[in-house]
Amino acid sequence: MTNPAKKRLSLHLRIWRQSRTDEAGEFRDYQLQDISPDMSFLEMLDILNQQLIEQGEAPVAFDHDCREGICGTCGMMINGQAHGPDHETTTCQLHMRHFNDGDTIIIEPWRARAFPVLRDLIVNRSAFDRIIQAGGYVSIKTGQAPEGNANLIPQQHQEGSLDAAACIGCGACVAACKNASAMLFTAAKVSHFVQLPQGAPERTKRVLAMINQHDEEGFGACTNTSECEAACPAAVSVSHIARLNREYLKAMLTATD
Amino acid sequence: MSTATEHQNLDARVPDGPIDQKWTRCKNEMKLVSPNNKRKYDIIVVGTGLAGASAAASLGELGYNVKAFCYQDSPRRAHSIAAQGGINAAKNYPNDGDSVWRLFYDTVKGGDFRARESNVYRLAEVSGNIIDQCVAQGVPFAREYGGTLANRTFGGAQVSRTFYCRGQTGQQLLLGAYSALMRQVAAGKVELFPRREMLDLVVVEGNARGIVCRNMVTGEIETHAAHAVLLCTGGYGNAYYLSTNAKGCNVTAAWRCHKRGAYFANPCYTQIHPTCIPVKGAYQSKLTLMSESLRNDGRVWVPKDVNDSRPPSEIPEEDRDYYLERRYPAFGNMVPRDVASRAAKERCDAGFGVGETGLAVYLDFKLAIAEQGRDAIEAKYGNLFHMYKKITDEDPYQVPMRIYPAVHYAMGGLWVDYHLESTVPGLFVLGEANFSDHGANRLGASALMQGLADGYFVAPYTVGHHLASRSLSSVTTAHPKFKEIAVEARNRIERLLSVNGNRTTDDIHRQLGQIMWDNCGMARNAQGLAAAIEQIRNLRDEFWQNVKILGTGEELNQSLEHAGRLADFLEFGELLAQDALHREESCGGHFREEHQTEDNEARRDDEHFCYAAAWEFQGDDTDEKLHKEPLRFNEVELTTRSYK
Ligand SMILES: Cc1cc2nc3c(=O)[nH]c(=O)nc-3n(C[C@H](O)[C@H](O)[C@H](O)COP(=O)(O)OP(=O)(O)OC[C@H]3O[C@@H](n4cnc5c(N)ncnc54)[C@H](O)[C@@H]3O)c2cc1C
Ligand code: FES
Repeated sequence: MTNPAKKRLSLHLRIWRQSRTDEAGEFRDYQLQDISPDMSFLEMLDILNQQLIEQGEAPVAFDHDCREGICGTCGMMINGQAHGPDHETTTCQLHMRHFNDGDTIIIEPWRARAFPVLRDLIVNRSAFDRIIQAGGYVSIKTGQAPEGNANLIPQQHQEGSLDAAACIGCGACVAACKNASAMLFTAAKVSHFVQLPQGAPERTKRVLAMINQHDEEGFGACTNTSECEAACPAAVSVSHIARLNREYLKAMLTATD
Repeated sequence: MSTATEHQNLDARVPDGPIDQKWTRCKNEMKLVSPNNKRKYDIIVVGTGLAGASAAASLGELGYNVKAFCYQDSPRRAHSIAAQGGINAAKNYPNDGDSVWRLFYDTVKGGDFRARESNVYRLAEVSGNIIDQCVAQGVPFAREYGGTLANRTFGGAQVSRTFYCRGQTGQQLLLGAYSALMRQVAAGKVELFPRREMLDLVVVEGNARGIVCRNMVTGEIETHAAHAVLLCTGGYGNAYYLSTNAKGCNVTAAWRCHKRGAYFANPCYTQIHPTCIPVKGAYQSKLTLMSESLRNDGRVWVPKDVNDSRPPSEIPEEDRDYYLERRYPAFGNMVPRDVASRAAKERCDAGFGVGETGLAVYLDFKLAIAEQGRDAIEAKYGNLFHMYKKITDEDPYQVPMRIYPAVHYAMGGLWVDYHLESTVPGLFVLGEANFSDHGANRLGASALMQGLADGYFVAPYTVGHHLASRSLSSVTTAHPKFKEIAVEARNRIERLLSVNGNRTTDDIHRQLGQIMWDNCGMARNAQGLAAAIEQIRNLRDEFWQNVKILGTGEELNQSLEHAGRLADFLEFGELLAQDALHREESCGGHFREEHQTEDNEARRDDEHFCYAAAWEFQGDDTDEKLHKEPLRFNEVELTTRSYK
């Protein structure tokens, strides 16, 4: 059960440093010793930052909050992979046991036109909020709700809906896509509602408005490479994009205005 | 900070009449703002968790102009997102005898008789509406095969009333409230201010009229004026450094309001959650909860023999001590959190703990997997088991989880009356940031319920009453008060940056956390608390003389953000210890070693301590003044809690 003395790691880090959006960035190199394989990736960066502050160099700015893989705040490209090498894992849940002693690790922010860099590894993802504002909701006011059991929902619909609603909005799908498309993010919300009766009245309007906003934000088109699914820490499947495409087609055919 | 006790009745504005008619009566008697006048009022909502998002959306729907603030980059990331297990409601769908009264009773008893009865009753009363509202928003709650909503059992209850979405209930509830909020943003009724840190409250002519905040990207100090301010900024668990809270959770907004006149109630009531992944190293940056729902199917045990070093799979049944089932046969593994945490500590202190550090007990699913099958367990807890494996590199389907208690939730918070209004008129406090409903111990699945009750169903009425019944002069950010407080905020930042010492904020915060955990944790005593107060004061001096923050205030500067929050924790921690020192009894999460029964259960002192302690700020380095709100139990008889 208790592992035999695990080997501690020495690492070479190449990290993107950029002081603000309108300034050019560059890679800088750092050495770290004595990293425990049980540390999380962010705890490794915490240690680096302690060292940097002690040496008088600005610490590396990175977004994080829950450190439990659910808030979607963290995210960085690690050796070219969104959230790094571990499957279905956010950066905060990635552990150093997935690296080897002597490794070089290249760390960059999400790269996408719609996600401008704010500082170092932090990007602005407010485009996601605006896609939701375009239609990612059910139009119901507080107090208008019918009894909770008024609509019976088959278990498989509810489960399917939750599979889509599990999206944490981190942006890994965009970062992993060569077109910087946010189609998986958009599809997850459309698919969440399509599978529930509550989403039905607005389904046509919703899909058109959300796709429209997606394009306006400067996200690229989806060319079905499925890189998004591979990078998604919440296991959101590309089948939701197929569902979105069907919804979109239907909406285009039936939209009255 | 010695205690200057003052017997003053705080007016909680609890309506007269039978308990089940108080809220109706209150609603009937409140003044209304007419539909056309609502757009003349501006409301600031700080925080976009369950409490803030639901309040901001509901107020926007009513027609008010709302400004919503959060420190994350998106409102959807508030820490409510991390809640796992579920949300309570007295729907009685399983037909197992639940009712509004029973949920009320369980919550009052679970809180060890230190909450205000009327507020708790209202909470239970609106709980059903919350479920309806969330379902209508499209929250995909678990369902039975027939398509009806499903329930599970949580601690402190003998009925099944918890609604859930796998192990990610908070996420789904927050996304529901967030979607309602986004709809109001699109409608132009709510304006969003993400990546803003509230630094201060602006009080004009005795009323809360605005806030000062820092734009965390540009560093700009901004001022915002309004007719009411709603504080929905969550709990203060990070005073202990290691907790299950998100890294950014802080007491800053609440503490700043406290220093502007809002009383702080019961800060010593902190919840230590029994089932968290144990600390593994000095680099540890936070602790991860394993939901209480796991205790539905997991059995807690340690070896019977102190010297048993066999791996758990080799320890036969007869050599295992299922100590919760042994000590509390009626509730077994489902005792409330404070009881379960103390029992784990007791076993570990006595040398029975397991794992590398000896500070852990087993949470075992072997029996449940054998009886129900692996698939059934995976369907209920799949994402929690996944998370456990990611962190520990062990597979809980094969070996029992190792768990230990960790700081989790703040029952204490800003004092509020029945309207959820603080002692500063126009400042309302919702969700975990207030003290209102959970007494000295919160039952599982009740915080989500409270946040949404406050935001969807209470504040929209009571804030309206404030606007309609008080004459508020016209105030804009041009008022000199705004300038004055903005200058103070700027000076404070300058002061932090100019220290230029040798220690990082992380380093000092860890030290504060250690002081808090050692002396204000699961067991407290007078000597330790007095020592803690001394140590916190010294550390506060050390901080102001020796903290090292690089960079400037005019840029994205995470060390500066942390320093500001830490400075407030260093003041707040002292009040927490002070409150714990003054409360010479054991109740709920507050366990004073001097006050226990022979079999180590908490001994409450209703004769002397049946009150909410509300502390009034009197100036820096001056004793806070204690006000007592007596608690009266007309419905539920004051008894010793027993889960045996
Ligand atoms: C891991 C975990 C699991 C839990 N599981 C459950 C559960 O199963 N059931 C249950 O009932 N409860 C659970 N809880 C408790 C519950 O989640 C919280 O008590 C509740 O969600 C708090 O909601 P809130 O709206 O009050 O605050 P939060 O959701 O914490 O939101 C606080 C908001 O305030 C903002 N904010 C804070 N400070 C500032 C500032 N200075 N300036 C600007 N904005 C600020 C933040 O940006 C955020 O938007 C759990 C808690 C944790 C930590
Ligand atoms: S910090 Fe919340 S998902 Fe990583």
